[in-house]
Amino acid sequence: MTSTTAPKNSIDTDNAPIITIDKLNKWYGKFHVLKDIDLSVNKTEKIVICGPSGSGKSTLIRCINRLEVHQEGSIIVDGTELTDDVKHINEIRSDVGMVFQHFNLFPHLTVLENCTLAPIWVRKKSKIEADEIGMELLTKVRIPDQAHKYPGQLSGGQQQRVAIARALCMQPRVMLFDEPTSALDPEMIKEVLETMIELAESGMTMLVVTHEMGFANKVADRVIFMDEGQIVEQNDPGNFFNNPKSDRTKLFLSQILEH
Amino acid sequence: MSENSTNFIKIPDREPPINSIGWLAWIRHNLFGSTTNTIITVLFFYFFYLYIPPFVDWAILNANISGSDRSVCDANKEGACWTFIKVRLDQLLFGLYFATNPEEIWRPIFVFALFGMLVVPLVIDSTPHKKWLLMILLTIYPVIFIAVVYGGVFGIPVSDTGQWGGLLLTFALAFVGIVLALPLGILLALGRRSEMPIVRALSITYIEFWRGTPLITILFMASVMLPLFFPSGVEFDKVVRAMIGITLFQSAYTAEAVRGGLQAIDKGQNEASMALGMGYWRRTMLIVLPQALKISIPSIVNTFIALFKDTSLVSIIGLLDLLKMSQNASRSLDWNGYDIEGYLFAGFIFWIFCFGMSSYSQKLEQKLDTDRRSE
Repeated sequence: MTSTTAPKNSIDTDNAPIITIDKLNKWYGKFHVLKDIDLSVNKTEKIVICGPSGSGKSTLIRCINRLEVHQEGSIIVDGTELTDDVKHINEIRSDVGMVFQHFNLFPHLTVLENCTLAPIWVRKKSKIEADEIGMELLTKVRIPDQAHKYPGQLSGGQQQRVAIARALCMQPRVMLFDEPTSALDPEMIKEVLETMIELAESGMTMLVVTHEMGFANKVADRVIFMDEGQIVEQNDPGNFFNNPKSDRTKLFLSQILEH
Repeated sequence: MSENSTNFIKIPDREPPINSIGWLAWIRHNLFGSTTNTIITVLFFYFFYLYIPPFVDWAILNANISGSDRSVCDANKEGACWTFIKVRLDQLLFGLYFATNPEEIWRPIFVFALFGMLVVPLVIDSTPHKKWLLMILLTIYPVIFIAVVYGGVFGIPVSDTGQWGGLLLTFALAFVGIVLALPLGILLALGRRSEMPIVRALSITYIEFWRGTPLITILFMASVMLPLFFPSGVEFDKVVRAMIGITLFQSAYTAEAVRGGLQAIDKGQNEASMALGMGYWRRTMLIVLPQALKISIPSIVNTFIALFKDTSLVSIIGLLDLLKMSQNASRSLDWNGYDIEGYLFAGFIFWIFCFGMSSYSQKLEQKLDTDRRSE
C-alpha cells in the first residue's frame, strides 16, 4: 500500500505521540473495567493488545474513538482531547478508522456504497471522487470485482476486507482493530491478516486487539498484555514472547501458544 | 496422513429422480401425503362443491343488472340485485353532494383517476424516478385533492364536507391518516428510543395514551369534546376533526411498528457509522431507518390496513363512509331489503384497497431484500 493510505501530512517529522492516554479509568456501572491506563502511541507505530476475555482490551480501544465514555483521566488524539463536545468527537472519529469483530458492514448498501457513504456525507466529497477512492481501496484489498454486490453475498473474509477498505476511505491517521479475525473461519483469517500486514507496511499507525500471535510477532513494534483492566506488561515482540517478565503473562502465553 | 491416502475426487452432480418432480409428484406428496392430509383434501373439495356453485349462481349467473328500479330484482329473487349498486353507484362512491350535483361529479372522478395514475407506475418495476412520483403523491396530490374536491379556488364551488361520503370519504380519511401518521410515528419511535429522558418520557406517554384508547372513544371526543375547548363561535369541520383523531391514534400504532424494526437493528450498525464520524441524524437517516423501515414494512402496512377498515367507525359521529352509505342506501324506500348486495359491494371495495396495500408491501419487501439477493 502506498500514498493514499499513508497519513496526509507525513511531511511533519515531529515525534509527538498521536495518541496520549493518561490515568484512564472507566466503570460499567460499579464494575471497574479500566484502571489507571497510561499509554502513548507514536506515529506509524503498530501496537498489538492481547489478554484474556474481560481484560478490558476492547474497551480500551473503543475509548479511543469514544464508542465508550471514560469517567477519569484523559485521552488526547492528534492534539484534541476527547470530551463531550459532539463536533470534536465526530472530527476525531472521522480521523480514526475502526474495524470490528463482526464487520458491521451496512447490509442495505453495496460494497462500494459502504465505502463511499462517509466520504460523501462526512468529508463532503463528490460522488465521482468518492467512487474513485472507493475503487482504489477495494483494489488494494483485492476485491474490486465485488464492488457492486451486497455484503450478504460475500464471504466473511471478503466482508472484513471491505470493512478495512471502508475505514481507509476516510483517510484516517490511526486504525483501530477490535479482534478483526475472531469471527472468521481459519481459511479466511489469512487473507485478512495479509491485508493488515500490507497496511502496516504502508506506514499506518495501528492498534490491534488480537490473539494472532504470529501477526504480533511479525508486525508489532510493541505488544501489550492486559488483565483485570490493567496493562500488565508491554515490550517489543522479541522480548515479550521470549522473556516475559510477569508470571501472569507467562501463564497466558503458555495457554495461547499450546495449540 | 498415511501412505494409502487418496486424492479428493468430486462426485459429479446428477438430476433428481424423475418421480420426485413434476405436478403429479407434487399432488401425491402435498394433497394425499398422509391419511389426515387426504381427509382434509377431500373435505375441502366437498365444501367447495357445496357452497361455491350456488354462490356463483346467485352472484353472477342469475344476477340482475338491467333496469333502473327494483321491479327487475323483485321479479327475479334467485339472483343478486346489482341494479341497486348500479343505480346508486355515484352515491356509494362519492357521497351525497356529488351524487346530487351531477355537473360536479368530475371532481371526485378526477382525483381518483389522478391517484390511479400516480399509484400504478409505482407498482411497475421499470418506472424511472419513483422517488419523485412518491413525493408528488405525498405532497402535491393532497393539495390537488383539497382544491378539486373541497373547491373554493379557480371558480370551483365549495362542497360541504358534511355531505362528503362513500368511498371518497373513506379514502380521504385513510389517506390523511396514513400520510400524516407515518412521519409522526417515525419521530415518536425514535423519541421512544432517545437517550434524552424527557423526550423518551413524552414519547412513551403519547404512544401509550393513544394506543390504550379505543378509536371510537377518540372519535367521540374529537366530535363532542373538542368544540368545548374552543370559543363558541369557532366551528370546527366534522371531517377535519375525524382526521385529527384518526391521525393521533394511528401515529401511536405506526410508532410501535417502527420501533419493532428499530429494535431489530444490530447495535454494531450504529457503532460502525459512529466510528465513521457520522452524527445522529445522518446515522438515523442513512443507516438505521432504511434498514428498520424495511423490517417493519409488514407491520406498518398491517396498521395501515387496519386503519383503512377502521375509518368506518366515523359513522358513529354522523359521517357517511362507504359502509354506512351502503347500509343507508339499502334501507331507503327504493331499495329496502337489498342489504346483502350493499354490504358485499362495500366489502369488495374495502378488500380491493387492503389487498392492494398488502400486495404492494410484499413486492416492496422482495425488492428491498438485499440480504438474500443472489445475483
